[in-house]
Amino acid sequence: MEDTSRRTTLKALGATLGAAAFARAMAPLAAWPEDLSIDELLQRHYKELSRDDMVRVLRRLEQETLDQYGAVVTIDDVRPIPEVQFGYALNLSVCVGCRKCAEACHVENNHDRATNQSYIRVLEIKNGSVDLAMGTVDYDHAVPKKGRSYMPVQCHQCDNAPCVSVCPIEATWKEPDGIVVVDYNWCIGCRYCEAACPYHARRFNWHKPEIPAEEINPDQAYLSNRVRPQGVMEKCTFCLHRTRKGRLPACLEACPTGARVFGNMLDPNSEIRWVLENKRTFVLKEDLGTRPRFFYFFDK
Amino acid sequence: MPLFTALTLLLACDQGFVDPSREYGPPVADAPAKVSRVHVPTSLGAVDTPRRDIHGAPIGVSCATCHAGPGEDAIVVGDEGNPEQMHGTIELLHGGLACDACHEPTDRRLLHLADGAKIEMAEAMKLCAQCHGPQARDYQKGAHGGMTGYWDLRQGERVRNHCVECHAPHSPKPPQVQPAPRAVDRVVFPASETH
Repeated sequence: MEDTSRRTTLKALGATLGAAAFARAMAPLAAWPEDLSIDELLQRHYKELSRDDMVRVLRRLEQETLDQYGAVVTIDDVRPIPEVQFGYALNLSVCVGCRKCAEACHVENNHDRATNQSYIRVLEIKNGSVDLAMGTVDYDHAVPKKGRSYMPVQCHQCDNAPCVSVCPIEATWKEPDGIVVVDYNWCIGCRYCEAACPYHARRFNWHKPEIPAEEINPDQAYLSNRVRPQGVMEKCTFCLHRTRKGRLPACLEACPTGARVFGNMLDPNSEIRWVLENKRTFVLKEDLGTRPRFFYFFDK
Repeated sequence: MPLFTALTLLLACDQGFVDPSREYGPPVADAPAKVSRVHVPTSLGAVDTPRRDIHGAPIGVSCATCHAGPGEDAIVVGDEGNPEQMHGTIELLHGGLACDACHEPTDRRLLHLADGAKIEMAEAMKLCAQCHGPQARDYQKGAHGGMTGYWDLRQGERVRNHCVECHAPHSPKPPQVQPAPRAVDRVVFPASETH
């Protein structure tokens, strides 16, 4: 009997390993998620959708929200208003750190109830410094505390956004009115953008958000506050489902001290322009060259 | 020239919309600007009594309940001999001002400006502005004071907060409050809190 050659052995070994690797690579197909429809799998990128495609996607997403959460919602594809560039300013002299903005964001943007998530994080820092590394966000005492000041941080909608340039699949981009958005159905959840953001403004949906049907905000938009799926990134969109219809963002309306100023930076008579022209504004981590559209200022 | 062609091709491949009509929404029609009005709270022209409603908030009584008309003697109801009792809930912590600095002595339903001109309670912001100029200027420019409604007055109206909604006129410094609950954020909190 002829001895098995070395070549044959290696071939057999290679074939076995190859077959095993192929089976392993195909394994996710066996674990097809129950809530993933063929339509969703084959859905194209947001910018590649025609108007008719978009309408079909919106109706499907509304149906999915009804099936999964029992809530009747309206999801719109709200597009930018021509000749509008959004800007936001926050007066650090009057912010008291009450987290009402974060609470309003939580409710408005259909965040997961268990984690009490929000796009706004309020830092408590010692007076006389803007040392963010020493700031805390877990304070639970009455505010404002003596000797402390407060700095809410949310997405700065940078004009040179690091989160956009690191995305390997263009699932996040900057809109013509300056808002950085995410196509939650295109995002693969690699979290590169979360790592790239110097303001720590992006959030990851570790779990499927849990929200009681009666608490779901039914006024939704595809690019903003619709209930996000598990495993995708999300971020502040300056409440584009409100602001692109002329309304003020939810965090601004909730602020009891009037620390927040929002508007169209192209309108010379707008409040935001007055602040930018007359107050000493600054942006966070200017040295990084991100060119934020979120400005901070002091009264004096 | 090849470089130019390559650049043009690159630009053509930019991530534009397949359907360019989706890039923008419809332009906003040039409508007459809606109003930006100031909300006048019911607490103006009223004084808190020691009694509380079911939510624990003090029950207010309109000044006119006792001070029915012009003149210091125009009191029709209440304890005329003991005004401190009626005004006992007021803690005056406003830069050492006395009552009459703002309240009109000849008609307690009114206020008066620095030049003595009488104004209605609802116009109290004029009085505030006389001392707090920078704040009044910032307010007028929309950089001070809360608001709700529309940033775009072409599309809807805006309601501004009145000074006294945040600053109680007798003790204007807002009190400390308990903050809303924090987020349970696995990234920022120390491991001991989440594991």
